Amino acid sequence: MAWQEIGFIALEAAIKSILLAFVLLTAFAYMTFAERKVAALMQVRSGPNRVGPWGLLQPAADGVKALFKEEIVPAGADRFLFIAAPILVAVPALIIMAVIPLGPDTVLFGRPMRLAITDINVGTLYVLSVASVAVYGIVLAGWSSANKFSMMGGIRSTAQMVSYELALGLSFVGPIMLAGSLSLRDIVVAQQQSIWYVVLQPLGALLFFVAALAEVNRAPFDMPEAEQELTAGYFTEYSGMKFSLFFMGEYIKMIAVSALTATLFFGGYLGPMVEEYPLLGIVYLGGKTLAFLFVMIWIRLTLPRMRYDQLMAFGWKRMLPLALANVVITAVVLVLAQ
Amino acid sequence: MTAAPFITFAVLAAVAVASGLAMMLSQNSVYSALFLVINFTVVAVLFLVLGAPFIAMLQITVYAGAIMVLFIFVIMLLGGERLPAPQQRLRWQQSLAVVLVLALLALAGYVFAQGAAPAAVLADPQQYGSPAALGMLLFTKYLFPFEFTSLLLLVAMIGVVVLTAVEERRRRLPRASRRT
Repeated sequence: MAWQEIGFIALEAAIKSILLAFVLLTAFAYMTFAERKVAALMQVRSGPNRVGPWGLLQPAADGVKALFKEEIVPAGADRFLFIAAPILVAVPALIIMAVIPLGPDTVLFGRPMRLAITDINVGTLYVLSVASVAVYGIVLAGWSSANKFSMMGGIRSTAQMVSYELALGLSFVGPIMLAGSLSLRDIVVAQQQSIWYVVLQPLGALLFFVAALAEVNRAPFDMPEAEQELTAGYFTEYSGMKFSLFFMGEYIKMIAVSALTATLFFGGYLGPMVEEYPLLGIVYLGGKTLAFLFVMIWIRLTLPRMRYDQLMAFGWKRMLPLALANVVITAVVLVLAQ
Repeated sequence: MTAAPFITFAVLAAVAVASGLAMMLSQNSVYSALFLVINFTVVAVLFLVLGAPFIAMLQITVYAGAIMVLFIFVIMLLGGERLPAPQQRLRWQQSLAVVLVLALLALAGYVFAQGAAPAAVLADPQQYGSPAALGMLLFTKYLFPFEFTSLLLLVAMIGVVVLTAVEERRRRLPRASRRT
């Protein structure tokens, strides 16, 4: 391969990565706004409406406020890990989206272009491995703060995320077996040839969404940060921009799992006319992702938090057996259908 | 071997050895565990370089993501971050370790000097690390070790269940009978 070609490939990857990071960060800012507005609507309040028209500049005001806050490192804290932990939360959240296809292959600026940062043949496993590494930021934040509430939050989240990762991983297996590939792009293409996998895998889709909620520590599984009993859980001691990084990690992970749910079970970028105009795929995937984000906010505003022992029992005694049964049944049906 | 893969390998190997040493020498067991995570991740990248992305991702998911998280969980739960003071170590441990390391290095050097042929060159490096190829090998050539390992894990699991069940039963006994 010529050096010029390698340069082009590197440039393309860099531009796509910067673009995706920028879009995700903006989406994060407006997710916090959307959550407050939706909560206000459902509770018959006004919500933020002072900064800019309809309060639309609220995220910018929040960001500026966080930047100018004093950054405090507690006296007994482990300084290095205390600073590293928020970074370890935010980075995995940002890189999960790299393997999600945003549209069919197309030609842009006279070059064949793949509408995803990359398409690796083990994309689903990549998502799982990044998700499993993401727990370190939370655990280390809890440990390094030298605060018993933080510590409890860290320990709870470790137990929770490890438990629900099993059900999450097993609910990936349904679409993988149906498509016969570990690549997310192949899974979407396979849904184009048959139907959306939510029809073939209703239980798998439900299990995936519930496990994903637990994985991103959203209500009703937000035990690690249960305000009433742990103040703020693992990020009790954080302030200013470091505090915002934890929020960024949580919201971007919400976006990522919503996009994943859409990709694995709801046809991803598929929609009418997407073959003729590949860029429409981004619109379809974005719309489906927004729908799941709304459902997540809705669930948080509707359901009370689960008790901790119920949470663990639900993960191990309900989710895991159901996910295993789903895998076995899918496999048997696939073999019989051949 | 061209220069680029060799340089990649050298850098990765250096990081792997350095993180391994740091794990051994660190006085704080949380940091030790984290250095081990770095070590596992580097090994995963080495698998990627060898063209086995499936194994690389499994390495990260299982070792760096699950097993090490449990290690850190236990360290944090027991509050065992600090190692005991040096005088409590076994006295002959260090000298024995030096002897064993020298023996290992001598053996490695001997094999290297012999110029042992590299293990059979793979016919199709694109395919050998693929999930399908791996599954096929596990269920044909390595069926017995595979099933045997799962049996071993099952026995360990039953053992854990039995042990915790005994503990539960003891806790549920009425207070009076517990004293006897």
